[in-house]
Amino acid sequence: MSVHDIIDQQVKSHPVVLYMKGSPDFPQCGFSANAVKILKACGVDAPFTVDVLQNPDIRQGIKEYANWPTIPQLYIKGEFVGGSDIMTELYQSGELKQLLAA
Amino acid sequence: MTAETTADRMHRLLSALQPSALAIRDDSRHHAGHAGAGNGGHYKITIVAEAFRGLSPLQRHRLVHDALAPLMSHEIHALAIKASAP
Repeated sequence: MSVHDIIDQQVKSHPVVLYMKGSPDFPQCGFSANAVKILKACGVDAPFTVDVLQNPDIRQGIKEYANWPTIPQLYIKGEFVGGSDIMTELYQSGELKQLLAA
Repeated sequence: MTAETTADRMHRLLSALQPSALAIRDDSRHHAGHAGAGNGGHYKITIVAEAFRGLSPLQRHRLVHDALAPLMSHEIHALAIKASAP
């Protein structure tokens, strides 16, 4: 199975997937920590997360998958939503909660 | 003559979006050596441009990424973006 297929399967078999550096309890980057915090604020306490520091193939592959150069990356129901800044904007506007509830 | 910094190059590339306001802050020293930092610096961009009007946050960020594409893989490691229309 190619990296693209692995990612495709991950984002489509879990409603909320966060590709991040580190784990929700021990994020290794401020942007990833912020993403976890925002999901918690939206009531998502246990998102499916993938630590890209543990998986160099996915770290590179995820950038190509969404044509998005940075990590973290949030997927809801298989759709790429954005990174830390976009999550913040969508959280502040209330759209993120709507996306998660839909 | 002083050497052009990454932030200078970012300024030049982002001018293609004809911003009415543009600020680039180099936050690299706050992140030096953290796990997974790899190559490149951390930057925060605040940009206001007519080009962003009517676009979603995702689309606005993509415009910024596209403009900075020549630097994204090596000179820029992390990027915080605040992009809005006037």
